[in-house]
Parts: sequence; structure tokens; C-alpha cells
Amino acid sequence: MGVTAAEVWQALERVMDPEIPVVSVVEMGIVRNVVVDERGVAVTMTPTFAGCPALDVMRRDIEAAVRGLGAACVVQTVLSPPWTTEWISETGREKLRRFGLAPPPRLSGGPADVTFFEPAPCPRCGSTRTQLRNAFGPTLCRMIWYCDDCRDAFEQFKAL
Amino acid sequence: MIAPDLAAPLADRLLALADDELILAHRNSEWAGHAPVLEEDIAFANLALDEMGHAAIWYGLREALTGESADRLIFFRDAGAYRNTQLVELPRGDWAFAMLRQYLFDTAESVRLPQLANSAYRPLAEAAAKIATEERYHLRHSSLWLRRLGLGTAESHARLQAALDVQWPYARQLFTPLPGDAALVEAQFIPDAAALRRAWEGLVRPFLAECALTIPDDALPRRDIPRTEHTEHLMVLLAEMQSVARLDPTAEW
Repeated sequence: MGVTAAEVWQALERVMDPEIPVVSVVEMGIVRNVVVDERGVAVTMTPTFAGCPALDVMRRDIEAAVRGLGAACVVQTVLSPPWTTEWISETGREKLRRFGLAPPPRLSGGPADVTFFEPAPCPRCGSTRTQLRNAFGPTLCRMIWYCDDCRDAFEQFKAL
Repeated sequence: MIAPDLAAPLADRLLALADDELILAHRNSEWAGHAPVLEEDIAFANLALDEMGHAAIWYGLREALTGESADRLIFFRDAGAYRNTQLVELPRGDWAFAMLRQYLFDTAESVRLPQLANSAYRPLAEAAAKIATEERYHLRHSSLWLRRLGLGTAESHARLQAALDVQWPYARQLFTPLPGDAALVEAQFIPDAAALRRAWEGLVRPFLAECALTIPDDALPRRDIPRTEHTEHLMVLLAEMQSVARLDPTAEW
């Protein structure tokens, strides 16, 4: 069959998160493992938010990308360890910011602090004169902020 | 693999967990377009979708044991076969009612999930750990609202107290053991329900007092209602939720 794991990873770098089409499933930390053997390719993925409606789309896109290399593909979903925004790569974070979505706050080992949110830097102007408007947003993974300098709303990826 | 005598009780427990999430998700979804402000419309739609995702995880674990798919269970079971608590099936009510129900459910989750994350049944432990990461945002939200309503105006306080008077006796059902639970506790698959309830009361009693609410300890019903018993409200809810799927059970989506 002749496909290597490196080629599979490369192909998956081109599979985008359907709700944030500038960031790949690899940069999001959704793809956890790739195993290539004589039966084909086994990809292990993990859900971001459990109810995220994009999960099925991502699974299908991953399968299609691997089949596009001429290999059989099985996608397995695991819940453990639970996905965390810490797994979004540095380039992924930068792409989020350029997309207009403030990257998630960094976590220091423990779970996300939901009692106090540090002002999210505005992805347009960098100002930290920002206010949380809603800890929920247009998708499960986003919060809504308001920038006092731009006088406009923006979204931040929610720390998980 | 799990021992055959644990499989049936475990399937029952997973169904109870899944049905609670599903029915609460449906009640929450009824707020879409009706919440008092746009931001809350968005927040409640998120809560509904999160709970639906959690239900899907629990139904999935059960499917691995029994082979029954979530879609069959959700759309083709009648009310009598549902195993949710009556608390989550009560009609939407007003905003205070909805927020209080969410708070009571969120706090129950906040004591149950960390315990389930230590389950000797690994798939259950992994699912609980995953769900717990998301639930923290829910509890933050419902707690903030409870404080706001309880300590807000005379009307917001009266409405929240009225909701508590109705819901408090129902909330105990969240901790009523199923007939097969004892075997699961023995096997360290799930925590003891009485201990969970004590932990939960230790959390909610002082908080509700902080919100200037009085707990109606004498409210009825005071007996343990089994999850096989439902109010008429569940039938109405299911009639709506299942109507499209039942029009053509063989349709592909």
C-alpha cells in the first residue's frame, strides 16, 4: 500500500476545522495518533466539545483525506485524556488570532478558571480594555467579548 | 469485559444518565428565541447543545453494551420506557424556574462527575472526566443567575422562591438509586447515592441561603419516586420531539 504515517499527517494538515476553516484538525490537537499497518491507516481523534456538530464532518473529512492517498482508513474516537485547548499548536493559536478569534487563555496545569476571566486581548487592535459579554457564543467553543477601543464585539476560543 | 451480572444494571444506569441529559437539553432548547435577552438566548442554546452532546456520550457507552442505538432509543421509546427524573421533564416555566432547574442539575453533576471519573469501569470514568471539563461553565452560569435573581428585585426573588418550592422535592430524585445500583456500587463502578446526596446538599443549602431563598423541607412529595414514573408532561414533550422521526421510521437522514 505504500503510504507512510508522515504522508498521512501531511494530508491531515489540509483538513480544516469546518467552523474555523483556517486551522487544521492537526493544529487543533484533534488528531491524536496515526498508525499505518498492512490493513491500512488507523487515525485516532478526540472530540473538542462533546456536542460540537462539526465532529461528524471532521471525521468524514479525515477519512476522505486518507482515502485520497489511496489507503483504507478507520477513524477511532477516544475521550481520554479529555481534549484541552492547550493542545492547540502555536501556529494554530496565531491563525485563530488572524482569523479574528482571540486564542484561548493559557492554562497552568489545572482546569480552566471559570470564576475569573483575564481580559482577552482584542484580536484586531491588541487592546486589553475588553469586557466579557457572554461566556457562551455562536458555537460551543466561543465566548463573546467587547473591545472598548475598537468599540466592537469579538470572540475568544473558550479555555477547556 | 464486564461481568454479565453487572451489564444489565450498568445499562440501566447509563440510560438514566443519558435520559436526564436529553430531556433537560430539550427543555433548554425550548428557550431558543424566547430568552429574556439575546445573550441568554445564545447561552441557553449552548447549554442545550452541550447536554445533548453529553447524552450522546452516555447513549454511546450503553450502545457498546447492548447494541441499541441512540436514535432508536430517543425517537421510538414511549414515555413509560424513559428513565429521566421528573425534575427535567417539568414544563419550561418562567426564567427563574429554568435557571433554578439548571442550577440544581449542574450542582448534582458537579458532585457526581468527579466521583464517576474514578469509576472502576474505564469507559465510564473517561466519559465523566470529559463531561466534567464542560460542565464547569454551566455551573458558573446558573450560579450567577441564581444570585442575580435571588438578590435582585422583589419579583425576581418571589419567582425564584416559587420555583424552589416546586422543584426542591423533585430534586431528590437525582439521587434515588436504581434497583441495580447496589451491585454497581459494590463493584466500584458508581459512587454511593446517599453520600452523593449529602455532598450535594452541603453545596446547595448554603448557596441557596446566600441567595436569600428558603428551602421548603416539608414540600411534597417526600417519597422516593422511581424513574419508571413520569408526569404527563413527558408524553407531551416526546409527542413533539419524536413526531418527525415517527412519520417515516425508515427515512435516512
